[in-house]
Amino acid sequence: MTCEEAEVLLHALIDGELDAGHAHEVESHIAGCPRCAAALRDYRVMSKAIAEAGAGYTAPAALRQRIEAALPQPRPAPNRRAVLRGFAMGSAVSALAATGLVAVVLRQDDVDRIQSEVVSAHLRSLQAGHLTDVVSTDQHTVKPWFNGKLDVSPPVIDLTAQGFTLIGGRLDYVDARAIGAVVYRRRQHVINLFVSQTSSTERRAAKIETIQGFNIRHWSERGLNFWAVSDLAKDELADFGEKFESAMHAPG
Amino acid sequence: MPIKASDDPEKARRFREAALPYLNDAYTLARYLLRNAADAEDAVQECYLRAFRHFDSYRGPAMKPWLFAILRNVCRAEYARRATTPTSAIEDVPESAEQAPLWHEAEETPEAELQRRWDADTIRRLVAALAEPFRETFVLREIQNLSYREIADVAEVPVGTVMSRLARARAMLRSAWLAEEEQQK
Repeated sequence: MTCEEAEVLLHALIDGELDAGHAHEVESHIAGCPRCAAALRDYRVMSKAIAEAGAGYTAPAALRQRIEAALPQPRPAPNRRAVLRGFAMGSAVSALAATGLVAVVLRQDDVDRIQSEVVSAHLRSLQAGHLTDVVSTDQHTVKPWFNGKLDVSPPVIDLTAQGFTLIGGRLDYVDARAIGAVVYRRRQHVINLFVSQTSSTERRAAKIETIQGFNIRHWSERGLNFWAVSDLAKDELADFGEKFESAMHAPG
Repeated sequence: MPIKASDDPEKARRFREAALPYLNDAYTLARYLLRNAADAEDAVQECYLRAFRHFDSYRGPAMKPWLFAILRNVCRAEYARRATTPTSAIEDVPESAEQAPLWHEAEETPEAELQRRWDADTIRRLVAALAEPFRETFVLREIQNLSYREIADVAEVPVGTVMSRLARARAMLRSAWLAEEEQQK
């Protein structure tokens, strides 16, 4: 075997692609050819080094989310009946809570799961035509639209003067329940404010977390859970939350 | 093309189970082919959406090379787009590159042996510097562990071409590796 032939075939030897006969031929050539032997040794060192260094890349979580969101969801989107069921169940839960017999405490993994569902819902909303069910910059149009669709009517507050434009509302689905989403925009960034009922009337101070590249500001008050989700920077999302909270506390 | 809402959720579930485990592999291939993180993300997303649309007719080969074949076509389209954008055109590979005789080391001294084990970043940079189509073949073999037959199917070339490209890719990488060691001395 010549060096020319060996130069190609020694790769097949490294990769275990040679039959026994050819492997034997390449090996006998290498035994008598320091140049090809050096090449073979170096290639083996390279292969091993590459395997050990881990030269692959990890897909960003946001990419996984985008693909997930673009595929049909395993759970069908809420139809009218599902929303009504959510309504009935929500009322039952709040009735129980009102008696003080049940304190619903989410375990940490439930909290994490819901946060990630909220992010998924945000991503779904960014798909074409999914952002708003009712389009209006007028809070007096958006708020009544939710009436009768949910067991709790989310507060709809116009924050245009504060730099956050109200663009509409939407029914979404989080944790197997219908949930209201009030949609704002700041520059080209969309903010989804998800609002659901909670059995606890305790006020929980805001916490900002980052999941899959999105910032989430979560807080609770007056028996409502709020999640504001956006690709806005943390400080701007915090600003949004603070503006919203102080507007909620404002008289009238 | 958007996915229709009427698509079977059961199909989506089977597709997720079959295809999503290869997401990192697909992203890795796209990163090496396109050498740009944002383009790689777009290409992988497009690949998965196309794969989902064709999932009904998927009968094999193994899922990974099947996805790679789709991804490679998406990346080809991206090359074509870049070629029309002068500022971001990828380097031209001379037609003669594949026919050129294999690299021969000018001086074969024992000192020229590979000594160093590079970290992942250096290896990525050295591999990324390989010209197409050698880079593609090399990544499919060394990083993705595809067989020669699978590489031939993904790249749509005969197995013999895979072997010569791989030989050339490794020879070029070996030179670059040695040059890097020389620089670091």
